[in-house]
Amino acid sequence: MKVADSGAAPSKASGSLQRRTRRQTLSRYWYKFKRNKISIVGLGVVLAVIAIALLSPWIVPYPGAAFGPPNFAKMNQAPSPTHPFGTDEFGRDELSRVMYAFRYSLMLVGVVLGITVIPGVLLGLVAGYYAGRWHSSLIMLLANIFVAVPPLLLALSIATELTPLNSSPDILTAMVAVTLAWWPWYTRLVYSTASSIRNEDFVKAAELTGASSTHIMFKEILPNILGSVLTKVSLDGGWVILIGAALSFVGFGAPSPTPDLGTMLSNGATDLPGGVWWTTLFPAMAIVAVILGFNLLGDGINDMFSSGIK
Amino acid sequence: MTLLEIRGLRLEYKVYEGQLKVLRDINISLDKGERIGIIGESACGKTSTVKVVMRLLAHNATITGGSITYKGQEVLSLPQKRVTQLRRRSMSMIFQDPSSALNPVFTIRQHMYDIIRYASEVSLNHAEMESKAVDYLRQAALPEPKRILDSYPFQLSGGMKQRVNIAMALISSNDLLIADEPGTSLDVTIEDQIMRLLKQVVVERGISVILITHALGTVKHFVERIYVMYAGTIVEEGPTDEVFRNPKHPYTKMLIDSVPKLTGGGVPEGILGQVPSYLEPPVGCRFITRCPHRMKVCEGEMPPLYKVGEGHVAACYLHEGAST
Amino acid sequence: MKWNWGFILRRLAYSVLALVGLSILVFAIARVLPGDPVRLALGPHASASAVFQLRIQLHLNQPIWLQYIYWIEGIFTGNWGISLFTHRNVLTDVEAFLPATLELLIAAAAIDILIAVPLGVIAGRRENTVVDNAVRVLSYVGIAIPSFVVAIFLQHFFPSYVGQLSPGVQPPPHITGLAFLDALVTAHFSTAWNALLHIIPPAFALALGPIAQEARIMRSSVVENLGRDYTVAEISRGLPERVITLKYLMKPSLIPTITIYALDISSLIANAFLVELIFNWGGFSQYGLNAILSKDLNAIVAVVMIAGVLFVISNFLVDLTVGYLDPRIRLQSRSDE
Repeated sequence: MKVADSGAAPSKASGSLQRRTRRQTLSRYWYKFKRNKISIVGLGVVLAVIAIALLSPWIVPYPGAAFGPPNFAKMNQAPSPTHPFGTDEFGRDELSRVMYAFRYSLMLVGVVLGITVIPGVLLGLVAGYYAGRWHSSLIMLLANIFVAVPPLLLALSIATELTPLNSSPDILTAMVAVTLAWWPWYTRLVYSTASSIRNEDFVKAAELTGASSTHIMFKEILPNILGSVLTKVSLDGGWVILIGAALSFVGFGAPSPTPDLGTMLSNGATDLPGGVWWTTLFPAMAIVAVILGFNLLGDGINDMFSSGIK
Repeated sequence: MTLLEIRGLRLEYKVYEGQLKVLRDINISLDKGERIGIIGESACGKTSTVKVVMRLLAHNATITGGSITYKGQEVLSLPQKRVTQLRRRSMSMIFQDPSSALNPVFTIRQHMYDIIRYASEVSLNHAEMESKAVDYLRQAALPEPKRILDSYPFQLSGGMKQRVNIAMALISSNDLLIADEPGTSLDVTIEDQIMRLLKQVVVERGISVILITHALGTVKHFVERIYVMYAGTIVEEGPTDEVFRNPKHPYTKMLIDSVPKLTGGGVPEGILGQVPSYLEPPVGCRFITRCPHRMKVCEGEMPPLYKVGEGHVAACYLHEGAST
Repeated sequence: MKWNWGFILRRLAYSVLALVGLSILVFAIARVLPGDPVRLALGPHASASAVFQLRIQLHLNQPIWLQYIYWIEGIFTGNWGISLFTHRNVLTDVEAFLPATLELLIAAAAIDILIAVPLGVIAGRRENTVVDNAVRVLSYVGIAIPSFVVAIFLQHFFPSYVGQLSPGVQPPPHITGLAFLDALVTAHFSTAWNALLHIIPPAFALALGPIAQEARIMRSSVVENLGRDYTVAEISRGLPERVITLKYLMKPSLIPTITIYALDISSLIANAFLVELIFNWGGFSQYGLNAILSKDLNAIVAVVMIAGVLFVISNFLVDLTVGYLDPRIRLQSRSDE
């Protein structure tokens, strides 16, 4: 999809005219998104998860489940009308814990993506626009080195290195680690699109009319990569949660008793051979549902920006 | 001797908005060794018509009437095996865009060997296939055939690719060659070369040709008889020179007039209006929305083909009274 | 088959460069980040002179770039440092544990491509039918399920398939360390069968996500190629359907799929960690995980380096494969490579 910046568009256009065209553009995007019912499902799931995460202290059935004292009398009860997801080994309601756990997961997503996306994209824009020059190659070499190690592995080792000897692993290090492992992917994505777009005629035209490089990068190139970046952001929502769960599964999660899907899964897995299936199944399903939601949403965003003729 | 006879063909495409009733009552006949042309605007159904002959239609196409007889057999009801055999030996097609007709990840050699292998009744070894391939490439006036064989499509120019396509088409067509706008994506001088080459090879081998084009100049020197199509219907048919000198259908007249002539007359106007929607096509004559001579009777029923000259017919009520 | 040797050399050079850069990165992580390697090795109660000695021995008193050179030298001479955990040369540890992981990775990679490609072709050819929709839904779900979740459930339902071989089964003579292969070539067929059964659940858990991913890409690739003019042209030339599908459709459709395969191999390597843990596979990844959790510096460095090397090598191989499939890539000289 090539969108040439209408540099000659009247910035002095009347406000209502601008508003109207923006609304038309938005509704066109929405139409493209709506076309595939599956994307709506994805959007719904993500919105539901966000809502649960934001509202959980007020809507969980058992507010004490997250940090409250254990109640060994109710330990490991199978799902029942009072505890739809059963209780865990400390007698805490599993449903409430899962709902609380969404907070942690989304916080991870927010932090990691909030920190990595903008610098990663900026670096990619710079590298793409100046493709062929030495600073561009340097940026890309750096990015490609980071990419050579699988993100999980890299995050794990960074997290380890950052943990001082005598303290236990914690989420802060996990977050920093995942962030450091994540930025190059955005840079690479933006670089590959930007470096091919910067040779298009409309960019050359803008250069000829004396546009500054900042203008070109942000007004000409950026709108054209927006689609793939936003798609990746959405898909990454699922990915970050997955890596976060994997990290906490091996111990880099939130400290007990904070509910965290990965830790809950690892704790539940130890009880699995004893027939206690609900402490494993429900966190697992929650993880899968969230990832699925972000994936479907990402597909919908992709459709939104692709100029497909149907 | 009649090679191909299309009678009363009706074709519809199913799309999201409904059924596109594209082709209506198409009648075309082709003799052995004869060359005919089909001219008309884009999306008037020319390509669909010939695709039916080779049974190359898309999944959403339905034939709602008519029959096609090829070499005495009814094509529409042939079993798939027979159709494949016809494609291998008897009929073939050249496409508009020579690049997109060649699979980019295979060499020309790989393409041609497979075609030769399946077109031949006996099994051939490598050396035999190579000499055949070289032979056909030479017939398509390609220099350095061996180098071309080892090349990939992206390494060849547009004109060379089209010649390769012609060579491939010659392998699998002994009787019928369909050329769908073969020169449209080439520049004019190359197009001229290609058309001359094509004429030479088909005349040499006595192959019948259906040439589709919307370039009037090309068709004049190539085909003996011409069909003019508009919006999925045949509006005029006759010997090439006759139709060009004496167009009898308003559409044909306007088409010919809209070609700029070196002899002067200024830049022509073109034809106002647009092709009607196939979703709800007019019941009567489909040219009614743009015809300067439209009459009441044109709305009712489709005009039959009236005889307007020797071997020359036109589907217009202006000629009512003539025999059909 | 024409090859542009420049293409191969460029890819090779790039791989070497990436490996060098990787080594620098790993070295930086190990040395520059907080932590005193000597204290780690000797413990907090070591005497000052012991600390001093060790510092010299480990070249820690030298400038950092010299330390890097010594480190590289150590890699090539087999001195990979002592593992805090096993108290022996890390290289020995790696030799002991790596083959099992390699076996698992190769099995997963094989299962991945052998299932994904046919699935994608079948779904693509039958677009919008029941089969196609089933494959699409399954692939959405498959991508969303983390491999360690699959591993947990598979291990629960097949509890006897932990480790490379069932207890009581004699391991085959050590040739490569790949249990299945060794058993096969030494004609211990029942052992080989046992090893095969043991490898399937963890390999499948690893491969499920990538299978879903690649089947999806393959499917959309097939659909796209079916709509292209050259497919119509091939049909019009009377080529049999079998040939068109298996040859003329397969080759171009594989190109995007194999490209994704490279990235998925990376995820195989990463996810092997947890899957090995769950299946008690006793491989290199488990060793690495223990290293990480016990902050065994030398071992961590070795693990990350090897993972990186595996990735770079597999990427190189995949690049060559894509070059084989797509002549435009291998024969055109590109100015922005």
